[in-house]
Amino acid sequence: MANKIPRVPVREQDPALRATNFEEVCHGYDLREAMLEASRCLRCKNPRCVAACPVGIAIPDFIAALHAGDLRTAAETIARDSSLPSICGRVCPQETQCEGSCVLGIKGEPVAIGKLERFVGDWKLEQDTAVDAAPRNGRRVAVVGSGPAGLACASDLAKMGYEVKIFEALHKVGGVLVYGIPEFRLPKERIVAREIEEVKKLGVEIETDVIVGRTLTVDSLLDEEGYDAVFIGSGAGLPRFMGIPGENLNGVVSANEFLTRANLMHAYDAEYDTPIYVGSRVVVVGGGNVAMDAVRTARRLGAEATIVYRRSEKELPARAEEVHHAREEGIEFRLLTNPVEVLGDERGWVRGLRCVEMELGEPDASGRRSPVEKPGSEFDIACDVAIMALGTSPNPLIASTTAGLDTTRRGCIAADELGATSREGVFAGGDAVTGAATVILAMGAGRTAARAIDEYVRAKAAKSAE
Amino acid sequence: MFTILEKRSLAEGIWLMKINAPRVAHAALPGQFVIVRATERGERIPLTIADFDAAEGSVTIVTQAIGVSTRKLCALEAGDALVDFAGPLGRPSEFVSLPLDELRRRRYLFIGGGVGTAPVYPQVKWLHDRGVEVDVIIGAKTRDMLIYTDEMRAVASHLHIATDDGSEGFKGLVTALLDELVARGARYDECVAIGPMVMMKFVALATRKHALKTTVSLNALMVDGTGMCGACRVTVGGKTRFTCVEGPEFDGHEVDFDEAMRRQGMYRSEEQRRAAIEAERAAGHVCRIGLDK
Repeated sequence: MANKIPRVPVREQDPALRATNFEEVCHGYDLREAMLEASRCLRCKNPRCVAACPVGIAIPDFIAALHAGDLRTAAETIARDSSLPSICGRVCPQETQCEGSCVLGIKGEPVAIGKLERFVGDWKLEQDTAVDAAPRNGRRVAVVGSGPAGLACASDLAKMGYEVKIFEALHKVGGVLVYGIPEFRLPKERIVAREIEEVKKLGVEIETDVIVGRTLTVDSLLDEEGYDAVFIGSGAGLPRFMGIPGENLNGVVSANEFLTRANLMHAYDAEYDTPIYVGSRVVVVGGGNVAMDAVRTARRLGAEATIVYRRSEKELPARAEEVHHAREEGIEFRLLTNPVEVLGDERGWVRGLRCVEMELGEPDASGRRSPVEKPGSEFDIACDVAIMALGTSPNPLIASTTAGLDTTRRGCIAADELGATSREGVFAGGDAVTGAATVILAMGAGRTAARAIDEYVRAKAAKSAE
Repeated sequence: MFTILEKRSLAEGIWLMKINAPRVAHAALPGQFVIVRATERGERIPLTIADFDAAEGSVTIVTQAIGVSTRKLCALEAGDALVDFAGPLGRPSEFVSLPLDELRRRRYLFIGGGVGTAPVYPQVKWLHDRGVEVDVIIGAKTRDMLIYTDEMRAVASHLHIATDDGSEGFKGLVTALLDELVARGARYDECVAIGPMVMMKFVALATRKHALKTTVSLNALMVDGTGMCGACRVTVGGKTRFTCVEGPEFDGHEVDFDEAMRRQGMYRSEEQRRAAIEAERAAGHVCRIGLDK
């Protein structure tokens, strides 16, 4: 029986070796392995995996096509709901989404849906897909930000016939896919750049070095540059700090800064000019994917690297695979530990973190048990660099320069479930609306907004034709 | 492409470049900065805007070649192009949003030190164009290092010059000249100081003594310049602020300059290491002791 086959293991770089390089950790399946793994799917009548996918990919259908060796159909099936399969196959938290609800997972191991999606996505990137650019409908949409939300929104609109231009603030296209997620988890040239090429093939134009809110404004895009609508997918925003003494000492950096230096600026490569500093001991405060990315980057730069997280293993918000990979690479985890002060030396450099032990109390609003300090449990951890990976707060740049654009109580851009904001013709999605979340949610929001923008532009055109 | 329309030397190691950047030129206001990248593998360098001309579509930057990246930038010639030129970033100077009649009742004193004199210019020009009286102090080590004196003379009501060695104008630091002006009866409503961090620190100390409101423009370390990295954080009035989105101008009496100066040096040894490798490489030397690792 198909379900008696154990989950096909995926080939990975040896942990000792990969802790010294920035090449991709996971090699992924080959065709034989992928087809074998695909054979494990039970094709449930009522597939729980589809319900658990934030964008509702027809998972059993694409897996069935893959099992039959029909990769084109598999790719087309995924493409109906996702525009970035080779990326989401790598970075989605599958264990809490599709794979987490796979029936096979109840008694054994779930189908490796993420690895299969990645396989199909990578196969598709290899194909020389001649894209028929849709006939232009004469309408123009501006997209702010070239991360997952912006790319997805732009590519759907281009397919519908819109003339789309993406404005990117940084010098490189891709948003968090380029500055945030490291090379060893998401290869930049082999995967990200090619996904972006696919979007460009559809006729989408991209202008870098344009900061909407400064270089241009949403108002100027609508009023002066003649766009019919604007989609804001500007991403998460400003890094949070703890607000504890000593946080501005030299050697204390945000994970955003550390990762941007390493990923966007290639600081780990001596051929590039941007400096990065790791010293010999690095402590990363936080337990999310960004914390794992930072601690594993520090490890690869030669440091002894430790995670300090205030809750327990079970509450770690990072993908299970990243935590597992981090452990394999020799990352130390100090759980139920919270810094109360950053300690400095006489030159103003960090020399350690003063921490307290925590224990879990009652569940908080998020349903996670909130950590409580154990009295008298203070102790110090020595380090040369402390990296704060504590999430972000919204960047006020666009909201504060766009008249009539409402924000939520937390400062994010307020948008309904279709992406419509308080401002006519202005739509938004991704982290700019939700706060830091996942690539797939951002991509989904971008696609939903593309449909809403199409409806809006058509309704407006119909009205003016009356 | 961000083509260099004009390049000229202002003093030893200090270069003026006029860059073709229509979008930035159109949006720029006094007090703002840009992020530039000279070459494909280069750093993102924050530079305060030294002039802008919306009609011409140009933005002027003035750079002192001191590190690897600024040297690479200054090695480019007119006709070459910068790979990136993003901005304008940061908040415009506060006076830009004041009503004109109120502005015209105020007297401003600007103090520019070294290469920091360049970003003083668009502010003084903006005020001068609107009929506001502005006095300016320019400070430099010696006469040959003075920049922007002619341009400034054309827009300032009074231009005062201070050199450390007395080779031109007042002999001594800008703070001593400031004290002397006040002693001679000059009265100002606000002082704006732009220059090396240490100069701004001592100007702020001096103006506190004269109870003179003082604005400083901080040249903190940055990576993205749009709020994302937090490298530029600075303590102002006991609170952590991001220079890129909340500055670059802050109340000089509230800034923790000692912390700001210390933070500016955070990557200095790392930069020196890279500069040494670069120099060795240029000399055709292959490193055998692993400095390039």
